[in-house]
Amino acid sequence: MSDEKKSPVQKLLSTEVKVLNVGLEGFVKDLKHCNIDVVHVDWSPPAGGDPAMATLLAKLGV
Amino acid sequence: MKLIEDANKEAVKRILEGEPKLIDILPAREVLKGLKEKMILHAGPPITWDRMCGPMRGAVAGAIVFEGWAPDLKAAEKLAADGGVEFHPNHHFGAVGPMTGMTTVSMPLFVVENTKFKNRTYCAINEGLGKVMRFGGNDESVLNRLRWLRDVFGPQLAKAIRALGSIDLKSITARGLSMGDELHQRNLACSSVFLREVAPTLARVVDDKEQLAECLAFIAKNDQFFLNLAMPMGKAMTDPAKGIKGSTVVTAMCRNGTDFGIRVSGTGDQWFTAPVEMPEGLYFPGYSEKDANPDMGDSAIVETIGLGGFAMAAAPAVAGFVGAGAPSAAANFTRSMSEIAVGQNPEWTIAAMDFAGVPTGIDVRLVVETGIVPLINTGIAHKEPGVGQVGAGVVKAPMGCFTQAVRAIAKELGVS
Repeated sequence: MSDEKKSPVQKLLSTEVKVLNVGLEGFVKDLKHCNIDVVHVDWSPPAGGDPAMATLLAKLGV
Repeated sequence: MKLIEDANKEAVKRILEGEPKLIDILPAREVLKGLKEKMILHAGPPITWDRMCGPMRGAVAGAIVFEGWAPDLKAAEKLAADGGVEFHPNHHFGAVGPMTGMTTVSMPLFVVENTKFKNRTYCAINEGLGKVMRFGGNDESVLNRLRWLRDVFGPQLAKAIRALGSIDLKSITARGLSMGDELHQRNLACSSVFLREVAPTLARVVDDKEQLAECLAFIAKNDQFFLNLAMPMGKAMTDPAKGIKGSTVVTAMCRNGTDFGIRVSGTGDQWFTAPVEMPEGLYFPGYSEKDANPDMGDSAIVETIGLGGFAMAAAPAVAGFVGAGAPSAAANFTRSMSEIAVGQNPEWTIAAMDFAGVPTGIDVRLVVETGIVPLINTGIAHKEPGVGQVGAGVVKAPMGCFTQAVRAIAKELGVS
């Protein structure tokens, strides 16, 4: 298939992949194992994803 | 919320304004108000004999024999199990103790005074490395060392401290941070600076040359000697920050091998506890995580004032020692802890981070919001009584303590 006929996703995967991983760190290990460049961003949902606690924290000024 | 922000500013201000100084060494019975015979103070939040871990029970049995309340370890365990001794946290008596944290009537204690706020705190003398009571050791070698600390070393070093007037612990800490210490798992620089300050006076006040040599060698051979000064320094600095209405700043963190406990300024002396976690780290040859006891000790008071895991960037070698990764990654620990701290300490700076101050004033709201819990550099004890230290590592404070504290502060302020 010529490059012109490839979809954007196919084009992305046929070139060198560089990954920004947000959240779960487990994916980083797998990608590094495949020699893929990856930058990890340590992120988790506020208050561990607990909406009640997030609301309480907001009222307490966070 | 302005009330909380103002309260937290005040709490951190009080911590930073502290002027902790070593002023004496005295037997516990002379300085701890309310301490009696057959009373044992331990590390961490309150705990009963039936819930104590192996090393804590081993240390208790050893302390009972040391005080002469039972003739041997077997009788000592029976006495403890039958309710023949009272157990209380060190923190309830103005004291702190590393690992098992045993404090009993005849033990000599460092007396630290925060001269800014006139409050005093106390800690037993560090026993050294190897088989020691703080890691649950209780054989004759352990008890004989404690007797020597009580009868020789404590009284002699006390004479030197009194002759000097006082020793400024904050300035030794500042120098130690610039020499590779983080003051929890590495106290080599601070211990050496302390020895340099005290040695000439010790030589003047100790008449017996052999005793003098033994005292000097004891400090010189113990890289962790200063830990037992950094700890009462920490408590002396955080105690004045207790009881500020609305403040969400942590004033104590400690563990007893079963539970992890924290206190928060706005809720005074109330404990928020959760099951303590296992440290992750490196083990001495012949030992593994199968041998490890869950974390313990009042020593997390040093993280409470921005040292230990919070100051990892000052001590890259420690990152390797505790199995926390490459020395080049040490600064990541300090940056991460900055996310949950209200401020920095301008007097305790880290050269490798362009002289940024250590993160100070843990805010329970930020811990819960970010999911980043305090990281504590720690020693690892064998789970069986009497064995001692088997490794060193990093342990996470359990999130449960912080969520409880947030809810309690909210309730206190009428927020729901």
